[in-house]
Amino acid sequence: MEPMAIVSIFVLAVFVGFEVVSKVSSTLHTPLMSGANAIHGVILVGAIIVADHSSTNLELGLAVAAIVLATINMVGGFVVTDRMLEMFKGNKK
Amino acid sequence: MSRTLYDLVGLAAGVAFILALKGLSHPKTARRGNLIGAFGATLATLVVFFYANPGSSLPLNNLGWILGAMVVGLAIGVPAARKVQMTQMPQLVALFNGVGGGAAALVAIVEYLHLGPKATTAEVIFTVFTVIVGCVSFSGSVITFLKLQELMTTRPVIFPAGRFIIAATLVSVLGVGVWVVSALGTTPLLVLAALSLLFGVLFVLPVGGADVPIVISLLNAFTGLTVAASGYVLDSVLLIIAGTLVGASGTILTRKMAEAMGRSLFGTLFGAFTAKPQDAAGSGEERPVRSGSPDDVAILLNYARRVVIVPGFGLAVAQAQHTVRELADMMIAKGIDVAYGIHPVAGRMPGHMNVLLAEANVPYEQLAEMDEVNPTFGQTDVAIVIGANDVVNPAAQTSPGCPIYGMPILEVNNAANIIFLKRSMRPGFAGIENELLYDPKTMLLFGDAKASLTKVVSALKAL
Repeated sequence: MEPMAIVSIFVLAVFVGFEVVSKVSSTLHTPLMSGANAIHGVILVGAIIVADHSSTNLELGLAVAAIVLATINMVGGFVVTDRMLEMFKGNKK
Repeated sequence: MSRTLYDLVGLAAGVAFILALKGLSHPKTARRGNLIGAFGATLATLVVFFYANPGSSLPLNNLGWILGAMVVGLAIGVPAARKVQMTQMPQLVALFNGVGGGAAALVAIVEYLHLGPKATTAEVIFTVFTVIVGCVSFSGSVITFLKLQELMTTRPVIFPAGRFIIAATLVSVLGVGVWVVSALGTTPLLVLAALSLLFGVLFVLPVGGADVPIVISLLNAFTGLTVAASGYVLDSVLLIIAGTLVGASGTILTRKMAEAMGRSLFGTLFGAFTAKPQDAAGSGEERPVRSGSPDDVAILLNYARRVVIVPGFGLAVAQAQHTVRELADMMIAKGIDVAYGIHPVAGRMPGHMNVLLAEANVPYEQLAEMDEVNPTFGQTDVAIVIGANDVVNPAAQTSPGCPIYGMPILEVNNAANIIFLKRSMRPGFAGIENELLYDPKTMLLFGDAKASLTKVVSALKAL
């Protein structure tokens, strides 16, 4: 991809990232951190990509380990965030 | 599947992540936001099975291995997330973050082995970045996990010449990084990974227990950046967007957490480098404290007009949320004005106590934030501090040398009477003596928070 396009995407994403969380209350710090944590679990996509084109056993072994870890990060992250937020529900009128 | 369609789906997932973070910032939309994020992640994962690499044949190579590994990941991640006690949730988040960082580092290593000498300099530089930061995030998160789980000391670990060792490790990490870029070998890359893991350990060891959540948040932002860097190497717009979003929002969140705790980010990370080891045992001498019985506490409460309950982590550990609610309900029935004073970092993470009390169905409107409740302590007859210590320690305001100096506290010292429910005289998570315990207007009730509260409840009933 064009280097300039990548830089543009990166810079814009930085500002969007700053902006979307700028008004969060301290009550939600923990769930927000946990949710953001789950989002970076999409490295799973990267792990699947490298597993697809692995040509040696070493590469495949490392890629498989990466898939396991990334799946734990992504799925576990979303599930635990949902559990936290579930407890906030029902208490508010 | 065509590349264009693949990229469009990736873009949709990126938008889902933006909406997820946006949703998570507001109480009403938080849960939906999280589900939108999960949807985006699922979408991104499904579509990669139809187009992993340019020209890759379908089904993907090694499909059995890929699916098998995902099943193993699910089998570990889902039960862990489902079963974890809410009190232990911060360390689970730390662990999830760590494995994410580890995954990013592994992906970078595999891609580096795969590209071999074909890799461009830019690709190698991004690989080196991912390996360093991913490994630091992994080993650092493991140390934060051990600290929060109390498998190791929660005090800052400071060793002689520590800062020189840390600086030397950092310099060698960077040196080996340059070596990898210039020499392009497998060995230098593995040396780099090993040194980065070591640096992660050394980096987190000197951080005191109370500052650990800030470090988790920072490592979370780091992992985001490694994902973005992997996106560059793997030519995936989705990874660049998702990783950058997490990196940027994580940085802001880290700063906000540090502000809520009254710490400068720099001080948290590097303060321990210069800190002198504190006198661990205090002065060592036995000082008199006033301890009371559950009946004394009940009498004090019975004649109070206003009571503020200050819950801390000890309450959660004893699973006393329900008992404290029972006590509060009883006092309200007697016409006493009751509020819960919630410190922003009560528990082990910002907002943690709110989660725990919500679990016990404590009405939301009884929870008062620190800024609301502090001015009212002057008119408060009794402040009951249950399993909390550092968040009410006046040393944070009065003694500039102490590790929590500058952290905003709940000013229970302004209340007419203070009751501490504690297991022992052991200092809090930050490892500092609390002068308030020796104050003449303080009464201590020793024992497990739940057992003590149950006794107070029955004593109050008998009155």
